[in-house]
Amino acid sequence: MLVESLAVLVLAGFVGFAVISKVPNTLHTPLMSGTNAIHGIVLLGGLIVLGLGADGVLNKVLLVIAIAFGTINIVGGFLVTDRMLSMFKGHKKKDPE
Amino acid sequence: MTNLIGVLYIIAFALFIYGLMGLTGPRTAVRGNWIAATGMGIAVVATLLTPGMSNWVLIALGIVLGALVGVPAARRVKMTAMPQMVALFNGVGGGAVALIAWVEFRTTGGYAAEPLYVAIASLFAALIGSISFWGSLIAFGKLQEILPGRPITLRQLQQPANIVLLLVAIAAAVAIIAGSDAEILMIVVLLAAAVLGVMVVLPIGGADMPVVISLLNACTGLSAAAMGLALDNTALIVAGMIVGASGSILTNLMAKAMNRSIPAIAAGGFGGTTALPSGTKEARPVRSTTAADTAIQMAYATNIVVVPGYGMAVAQAQHAVREMAQLLEAKGISVAYAIHPVAGRMPGHMNVLLAEADVPYEQLKEMDEINSEFPQTDVALVIGANDVTNPAARTDPGSPIYGMPILDVSASRSVIVLKRSMSSGFAGIDNDLFYEPRTSMLFGDAKSSVGEIVEELKNL
Repeated sequence: MLVESLAVLVLAGFVGFAVISKVPNTLHTPLMSGTNAIHGIVLLGGLIVLGLGADGVLNKVLLVIAIAFGTINIVGGFLVTDRMLSMFKGHKKKDPE
Repeated sequence: MTNLIGVLYIIAFALFIYGLMGLTGPRTAVRGNWIAATGMGIAVVATLLTPGMSNWVLIALGIVLGALVGVPAARRVKMTAMPQMVALFNGVGGGAVALIAWVEFRTTGGYAAEPLYVAIASLFAALIGSISFWGSLIAFGKLQEILPGRPITLRQLQQPANIVLLLVAIAAAVAIIAGSDAEILMIVVLLAAAVLGVMVVLPIGGADMPVVISLLNACTGLSAAAMGLALDNTALIVAGMIVGASGSILTNLMAKAMNRSIPAIAAGGFGGTTALPSGTKEARPVRSTTAADTAIQMAYATNIVVVPGYGMAVAQAQHAVREMAQLLEAKGISVAYAIHPVAGRMPGHMNVLLAEADVPYEQLKEMDEINSEFPQTDVALVIGANDVTNPAARTDPGSPIYGMPILDVSASRSVIVLKRSMSSGFAGIDNDLFYEPRTSMLFGDAKSSVGEIVEELKNL
């Protein structure tokens, strides 16, 4: 199980490296914001730990906060990225190259 | 059911990767973002299908709370405040990892019955997640100007203190791995990491902040991947690791654009380290000018380069600048915008702000392209930019920004700097450009100054 997981980990790392090889400066901020939204995936961790039966008030409170944090990360991240990118898009329409 | 979840996860990964690939090109970026978001939605739904899920009310509560906070925050944030918003969203992600790791510790009785790698991965996630959460909060505080932008350090004690904190956290983690189930140890790990996160980001000067946010972003990704190892969840491993790897590359690209090394940034103390005797710099004379003179000077120019900076963005002057440029163009004068890679407070930030004001894309010139044009430029109009024009980056090896690529504004025939006062830039360094004989200063709020210039141009 560990070896499989590590294999997945290493391969995913290479995918990450490969995808971001050459990015124009202009897109650094939106790209940072976009990758930022993706690590909101930690939400799944909160869902599993809470959903598969966490007991005790403190545990539940901590997990609800964790789920809320994860949701903020995802929803906020994608929306903010979209707002930034849509500003570039407006131009592309007026100015077909 | 587990097979279905596995298949849905794989679809989600494909969408993440495809979406990210889209984000690297201007044409495909908007679509790429939504493709990645769709992948995220699929991953969440798949996880909710896990057999034996309960606590539905609490799950719903968490998601609704998060959406209620996240959606309005993302919708309302001003474009100028984008960097700190990204820092904040990143921070809560790290916070979520740290909290989940803590609960893991509590529910497994200190990882008693778990394999060794689960304990190690979970503690690593707790450590990095906590650093990322607190570091991001400090980055937010600095960019929002709740905290001073200047570096705050313990001087020589800084490095030893950081190392001690890291050792304390690791020692507590090792004690847990060795079999202790005392919760205080887990709290020590989280707290030492929290203080470490604060201590690492506090000394970092303003200009380096984008790189730090990107680095913290990569850290949160790595901590999510570690959490995935601990929970044996492939979705977390893949998405976390993709962000960890691409975030590291992006951090490196940003650092290169500023000619800074990442270890040097993390070691801290950037900005304000060369404290000049304050008496000498106050005494130097500057030439100030008026909006009317500026308008006349520009009306008789052939080439004008606008150098926008964060000051222009804060004053919301971009629309006025656009109007000014249109008036000048109507007179047959060529206008270009010189965009430093880190103009604003993040790479690409200024492009976003100018795009918002409908400035034509082809007038935005990147640094390498425009620097060769400055000698042929009649008027360089510097609007609220400071550190990115500071010649000390080329000439003064003692300056904290020495080596940072700058816009070669001082090569142009005349320079007009729009600035509120003689205060120093975000990095806290005096700018020699303001004292050069070809430079004149137009003091005042950028928006009203540009507005006055526009009025004068209309009357000419």
